[in-house]
Amino acid sequence: MSALSDQLVTFAILAYLVAMISHAVEYALGNGRATRPRTVAAPARELATVGAGSGAGTGPSDVGPAVATGAAGDVRRDPGRLAGLIGVGLTALAALLHLGALVTRGVAADRMPWGNMYEYVLTVSFIGVAAWLAVLAKRPALRHLGLFLTLVMVLLLAFAEMVLYVEITPLIPALNSYWFVIHVSTVVFSSGIFLLGFVPAVMYLMRNGYESGRRGFPYDLARRVPKAATLERLTFGLHAFAFPVFTFAVIAGAIWAEAAWGRPWGWDPKETWSFISWVIYAGYLHARATPSVKRNVAVWIAVLGFATMLMNLFGVNIFFEGLHSYGGLD
Amino acid sequence: MTAVDDPVQAPPQPPRRRPNPLLALLRNSWRQLTSMRTALILLFLLAVAAIPGSVLPQRGVNPEDVNGYFRENPELAPVLDRIGAFEVFGSVWFSAIYLLLFTSLVGCIVPRLRDHVRALRAVPPAAPKRMDRLPQHALLTVPDADAATIAAVLRGRRWRVRVSGNEVSAEKGYLKETGNLLFHFSLIAVLVGVALGSWYGWHGNRLLVAGAENAFCNNRQQFSEARLGPQVDEADLPRFCLTLTDFQARFLPSGQPEYYNAKVDVEEFGRAARSAEFSVNSPLRLDGANVYLLGHGYAPIIRYTDRFGQSQTAPVPFLTKDGMLTSEGIAAFPDANVDPATGERKPDLQVAFEGLYLPTAPDAPPFTRSEHPDERNPAVLLIAYRGNLGLDAGIPGSVYELDQRQVRNGQLKQVGEGKLLKLGEKWTLDDGTTVEFLGTEPYITLSVRYDPGSTMMLVSCAVLLIGLMGSLFGRRRRVWFRVLPAGTTGGPSGAGGLPADPPAASTTGGSSLVEAGGLPRTEYPGFAAEFAELVTEVEGRQGPGDAGDRAEEAEGAD
Ligand code: HEM
Repeated sequence: MSALSDQLVTFAILAYLVAMISHAVEYALGNGRATRPRTVAAPARELATVGAGSGAGTGPSDVGPAVATGAAGDVRRDPGRLAGLIGVGLTALAALLHLGALVTRGVAADRMPWGNMYEYVLTVSFIGVAAWLAVLAKRPALRHLGLFLTLVMVLLLAFAEMVLYVEITPLIPALNSYWFVIHVSTVVFSSGIFLLGFVPAVMYLMRNGYESGRRGFPYDLARRVPKAATLERLTFGLHAFAFPVFTFAVIAGAIWAEAAWGRPWGWDPKETWSFISWVIYAGYLHARATPSVKRNVAVWIAVLGFATMLMNLFGVNIFFEGLHSYGGLD
Repeated sequence: MTAVDDPVQAPPQPPRRRPNPLLALLRNSWRQLTSMRTALILLFLLAVAAIPGSVLPQRGVNPEDVNGYFRENPELAPVLDRIGAFEVFGSVWFSAIYLLLFTSLVGCIVPRLRDHVRALRAVPPAAPKRMDRLPQHALLTVPDADAATIAAVLRGRRWRVRVSGNEVSAEKGYLKETGNLLFHFSLIAVLVGVALGSWYGWHGNRLLVAGAENAFCNNRQQFSEARLGPQVDEADLPRFCLTLTDFQARFLPSGQPEYYNAKVDVEEFGRAARSAEFSVNSPLRLDGANVYLLGHGYAPIIRYTDRFGQSQTAPVPFLTKDGMLTSEGIAAFPDANVDPATGERKPDLQVAFEGLYLPTAPDAPPFTRSEHPDERNPAVLLIAYRGNLGLDAGIPGSVYELDQRQVRNGQLKQVGEGKLLKLGEKWTLDDGTTVEFLGTEPYITLSVRYDPGSTMMLVSCAVLLIGLMGSLFGRRRRVWFRVLPAGTTGGPSGAGGLPADPPAASTTGGSSLVEAGGLPRTEYPGFAAEFAELVTEVEGRQGPGDAGDRAEEAEGAD
């Protein structure tokens, strides 16, 4: 089982990689033909779909058929679009392999697969990709973000595989608690959503620069992604969703820490960095609600928030020693 | 967002008379402090200020690491210490930031609470004259329209409604602001809980060796380390005693621990003695205190028989050094070699052993590391010392280390080479005295705590979460309906054409023309859909019971 899990991870990475290439092909083709009238029409149609999707707040069923028929017509004429759809399909396939890897790992270990950093990264990234597919079902026009999402997935999984990998071991007694399931599942879940929110946040920053006339290196990448306002709203939506879950996760962690170590909060490095992330994300929500703060400043705060999450996941496990040092790396 | 009134942005009231400059300064500073911008900056500062708390060792987390840091950085450490870098979360600057933040918070939410209570009691405002300027607008024909029927529809959907003449104003989504205020107030409550805990709470740590003769009773002297809140008197500590009767640990072949369980006899004041079990993750909850299992180890039992044939035996807890429970400590016999006939003490004939305990000793030297945490091949490596232990100097020494000054100044001398003793083995020293390794007792390390703020923190965290969700997912919005006088053929705006197409003529049957407008007061992408649905319902509603019709209409609205 354990070996199967490892193989599935490898296949999942490959599938994400191919998905990334498909998205890149779409991207390249799209750029090449941007001057031809037929493809100029395509973004306009997509934006209209975005508008309908977000404006009316309707379910996937409403947008789905319209897009499907539109797509069928387009695909034959537009190989770029076909490549993009293949990219989405491959991402879904990769997500299935990814899920398979998690399940087999869990079965092999006879517990939830969240016992060390390797498993943790595997789970967080899965949540991210699953949430991405859910968002995509609702807003198909966001497909162009797939390139960046798959890039993030490839990087994360490869890093997990090469640096963080550890053999399966059972949990140490301190982790053996139902709070383990509650705390870790919510941390993982919210981190996955924050991870997903990070993608439109970065895209927004690029697109925003593009829309205000910048054409330099990172900005021109954003030529084909949705409008800045759409990306910004998506960023906010994902963060607003993840924040209470993360808050709950931190509280659950404190309750567990009280039972395990006798104090709900002891400023252990892991706790300190969760506090920092929480405060930064609270700052993002504040900044966004403050009219005098520009939107791109707010989004930068969200990006910073994600950097602190990464610091907590990798930095704290690797550099600091604390009660939470369960990374499994020696 | 439209709902946020930024205090900084509110235009200051023009002063009538020349303002007192001091008062003006104060008022301005307060306004600055309670602005969202300041809150943002303080939040950011709080995050930044927490970073050194994770980078530098902290006394509250691990005092040993702090001492180590002092040893490694003798120049820098005292400077850092002076600015509180080893107690970041209790330092002046950290406290200043969060106290300012919470002052700002109070200054921000108290006026908002007042406004919100006012808003909750107020009726929704009258319709604007030009509804076509609102983000949502529609003209509809409604058979037998009257304000009361429309109001009923809205009330059925849980809007807060006001009818005045031919106008209906309705508002919904107060939950957003309610939740937001709840959230911010519970932040304060959490802080109060923390403060309660630190004023009225206490905790102490100690090590408890198994066996009735090692029982522990809860008072300050019995703790190796204790902290009592400023409001706690030593006499207030609840009276109870604990005896460790058994400790079980299970390990995997790799040495990773899998299971711990401690069995104790508990005697609480005024109650019958009972036995109890506890473990990591399931503390022993007593009246007025909780007992947490933090760690465990072995206490080798060493018997020393001196020149006069007098034996002394003691289990001495050794501190664990690694995951395989390699442990080290000292067995000191300051009262050895006292002549029983004369009672004369020879301070230069005191004896102590520096020991390394290996629960699973390797088969061949070096005997420096245990191979497994279970006692599969227990052995203790002893180094004997004779001389003056330096205990009489009055300087409290560590019970886990020899006083190295005595070794350096030659008053305490090593006797022979170190010797590895297996279970039951005896070692005869050069003066004919003997030392034996009789076995081990398990010990556990405990933290005994009382935190009177924990319930408050728990409850306020729950409220905080509920409030947060209300705040993030609540949506404040207003709608207005105006029944136009008969004979009007179009609204003030002329064209309808919004979600529900109004029929061209409004004169069919007893129908009248109704104008509707909607205003989302917070960002709400789904508002258009909700508004359209609402309009359709008002338009199509004949009586209060036809659910079938309504379902159809709801579908049609999409
Ligand atoms: C103790 C520090 C604080 C924390 C952790 C905090 C946290 C939060 C969070 C997480 C939100 C998001 C909820 C939402 O968007 O509705 C929020 C909203 C808000 N906070 Fe704070 N806050 C703090 C202090 C303050 C202060 C000092 C002020 C006043 C200056 C303030 C005013 C607001 C306002 C007006 C909103 C509503 C924004 C909106 O309409 O979405 N907060 N706060």
